[in-house]
Amino acid sequence: MKRIRPALRRMVVPFLAVLTALILGGVVIALTDFDNLHNIGKDPIGTLAGAVKGVIAAYGAMLSGAFGDPGRMLTALQTGNAADIGRAIRPLTETLVSTTPLIFCGLAVSISFRAGMFNIGGDGQLLIGALAATVLTIALNGVVPSWLILIASIGIATLAGAAWGFVPGFLKARTGAHEVITTIMLNYIGSLVVFFVLTTQPGLRNPGNSTPISKLLSPIVDVPNIVNLPTIRLDYGFVVALLMAVAVSWLLFRTTKGFELRAAGFSPTAARYGGISAGGSMMLAMALSGGLCGMAGGFLVIGTVGQMSPDLSGGLGFNAIALALLAGLRPSGVVLSALLFGALTQGGKLMGIDTGIPVDLLLFIMALVIMFVAAPGLIRSIWRVRVTEPAPEIASVSPGSAGAL
Amino acid sequence: MRLELREITKRFPGVLANDRISISADRGKVLGMLGENGAGKTTLMNILSGLYKPDSGQILIDGEEKVFGDPVAAIRAGVGMVHQHFMLVPVFDVVESVALGAETVKDVIGTFDRAAARRRIVALSEQYKLDVDPDARIENLPVGVRQRVEIIKALYRHSDILVLDEPSAVLTPYETEELYAIIRSLAAAGTTVIFITHKLNEVLEVSDDIVVLRRGRVAGTADPKTATRQELANLMVGRDVELIVRKGPAKPGDVVLHLEKIFVRDDRLDMKVTGVDLDVRAGEIVAIAGVQGNGQTELVEAITGLRALDSGKITIGGHDTSRSGPREVSDLGVAHIPEDRGRDGLIAPMTVAENYILDSYHRPPYSKHGVLDLEAVAQRAPAGVKDFDIRTPSIETRAGSLSGGNQQKVVVAREFSVPVQLVIAAQPTRGLDVGSIEYIHRRLVEQRDEGAAIVIVSTELDEVLAVGDRIAVMFDGKIVGILGGDDATLENVGLLMGGAKFGQGTAT
Repeated sequence: MKRIRPALRRMVVPFLAVLTALILGGVVIALTDFDNLHNIGKDPIGTLAGAVKGVIAAYGAMLSGAFGDPGRMLTALQTGNAADIGRAIRPLTETLVSTTPLIFCGLAVSISFRAGMFNIGGDGQLLIGALAATVLTIALNGVVPSWLILIASIGIATLAGAAWGFVPGFLKARTGAHEVITTIMLNYIGSLVVFFVLTTQPGLRNPGNSTPISKLLSPIVDVPNIVNLPTIRLDYGFVVALLMAVAVSWLLFRTTKGFELRAAGFSPTAARYGGISAGGSMMLAMALSGGLCGMAGGFLVIGTVGQMSPDLSGGLGFNAIALALLAGLRPSGVVLSALLFGALTQGGKLMGIDTGIPVDLLLFIMALVIMFVAAPGLIRSIWRVRVTEPAPEIASVSPGSAGAL
Repeated sequence: MRLELREITKRFPGVLANDRISISADRGKVLGMLGENGAGKTTLMNILSGLYKPDSGQILIDGEEKVFGDPVAAIRAGVGMVHQHFMLVPVFDVVESVALGAETVKDVIGTFDRAAARRRIVALSEQYKLDVDPDARIENLPVGVRQRVEIIKALYRHSDILVLDEPSAVLTPYETEELYAIIRSLAAAGTTVIFITHKLNEVLEVSDDIVVLRRGRVAGTADPKTATRQELANLMVGRDVELIVRKGPAKPGDVVLHLEKIFVRDDRLDMKVTGVDLDVRAGEIVAIAGVQGNGQTELVEAITGLRALDSGKITIGGHDTSRSGPREVSDLGVAHIPEDRGRDGLIAPMTVAENYILDSYHRPPYSKHGVLDLEAVAQRAPAGVKDFDIRTPSIETRAGSLSGGNQQKVVVAREFSVPVQLVIAAQPTRGLDVGSIEYIHRRLVEQRDEGAAIVIVSTELDEVLAVGDRIAVMFDGKIVGILGGDDATLENVGLLMGGAKFGQGTAT
């Protein structure tokens, strides 16, 4: 109980931020339902009822799109038909598939943030990691057994991402170059490197295909699935992501290195007084951060997506920033926030199909979530939540980085 | 106006900050409010100035009950506050700073009537002999004058009740004398003044009445005409306090800290320490006196490894540390109480427990093979909290949420939590109350008697004379004299601090 209470208190503001975003999103859904609004002059009450019904239907579709239909799952489980079970649990597993890279990248941003570094380069680190995994997988094809290729590729993805992340850390520690600028620039360089390699190395592509997309990797190697059912894509990448959350939590709060990272992030001067090298912490944090993004890239390219392309990341590195802030930079929070983002993404797709509401609206809701999370004061005043702690931890992340926010 | 507070109670999570506090002050009187850090003075004043709402109790002004929802309401009711940390815009001039938020306008589009504001400020400045140039930019003004600008700001808003929160903390002795004169003239003109402090001399000097707070309650009242410092100190702390430092003669042993012709530059590469030679022996306290800014800061940073030497040699316990960093110096058994605790000594967003291990987290018992032993921390930190009487809800509380004095105690507790051969204490009691100062001085003497070499850097002459076995005076980057025994008098130290050479007669 002692530990649970503060944890619940911490969740109040993020929860209300999400709720507020959903309410506002509902208003927009109702306001953009023009067929319904046409009748407002003739039948205002009916229109209002229609609007409410529309919003409920939309969110209902989103919910079942994200988590599936429990009734259907139960029936499917009773019949025991693998295809039925697969279809019934597919929404839930697809949500977890979307969640997996978000967890990796959210953890990555959290680590760097904790050390006072604002890593906007998640996309570049992810791409470089995925590219390294692709190249190694194709190079080792037929040379070593596929399980070894899997381990080696994920390993090289992590190392490549770490190297890509280490560069801005090194530049900041040695020259003071601001990591916001260097990581953004390395994103461009990263995606161009991917483009360059895929274009100039025909061995990576399918014969005859000149678009910069690699051949399918799944015939060579695949990340094993957690459950073997038709149409289910959820693989052990998700489990590794959860393990990484535990590992990052342990590293940050239970080890001396984690202590150094956090101390240097909050106050470089006091860290130095305590004998901690702030520069060393920056480099380590950025390398770890990049490594996690690279690992995300490895699992994406080998498991979920199965082939390399310059737009593999799809802005994951940026979504991860909002996610990490929503999570309060805590690994447990990252898992929960990633689930939320994954559910919104997945549920939004079904909402679009079922109700004809454009998927853009979903981006709108996610943007609102991010905006409200970034403005805890606004949420507190809307919902009249009393401040129990003097300031959220995010606000006190090193002055250098906060300025860039 | 007459101010009365009745049974004010304010509770924060884990702390009862104000417990049924009742005080009153008549028109034109100065009420001195004395209390240790964390006694509830600032909370009470924040209630009076509308920043906090009391959980229960009443505020009466001239017998009429007032409810302050916000600072604006308090200002309207005539309560003006001068905070410890000034609320001024550095790039504004005095007129702009004072008028900000209470601007008079001269036409419908709201043009600021600067001339009118300036006239009033000049009039107030003359009436109360505040001597403030209305056109000077805030950033160019010395601290003492900025404080007078804050006072004008309150008067400009027609404050009849003026609250001064630890006003002398930032002032030189001379500026403090000026402040007393201003307070007296304000009171003579009918302003009610509440003067919050933890300094005994001040409250006796300037108040008409004294109320002493302790642990959120009124511990007692006193009449400044008859009360003694000892009585007030005892009332404030709740037990018999020793105002003088009791210590036997030093028994100096081997040289622990050896400085040889050291030169140190500051961040702007100006040479701030210019050839200091000094030996500090085990079992003695060397106090380094001097006006702020004569190289003491850079000297301390050089000894503790935070700043590179330009040239010269430092040895600690026989080890050459001329090129050592803070970790190597600390691992030799050197405690360092840094001058700027907010910058170097403490990480505000981290917990008390984490701050307690800030410079020993990497050593046993807190670290085993790179893994933190949180149980060892949880076992040892509470002892430090108890020994130093740190007022904190728990060791898991964020250090930044503690009062300044308690933060300093966290730093000192940490530095004394491991065995040391050398203690470097820079301004160790700045901003602390009597009880804590007594405790820290006693611990320094204990460390000395156990055989540590102690260096204490202080700008407070009282402290230097009370604690130091030998007093080294720094002026312009050099040690201009080392006084011991009968030579160590207020006059001699004062002369050296001003730049005179000891033994050359009168000051220049």
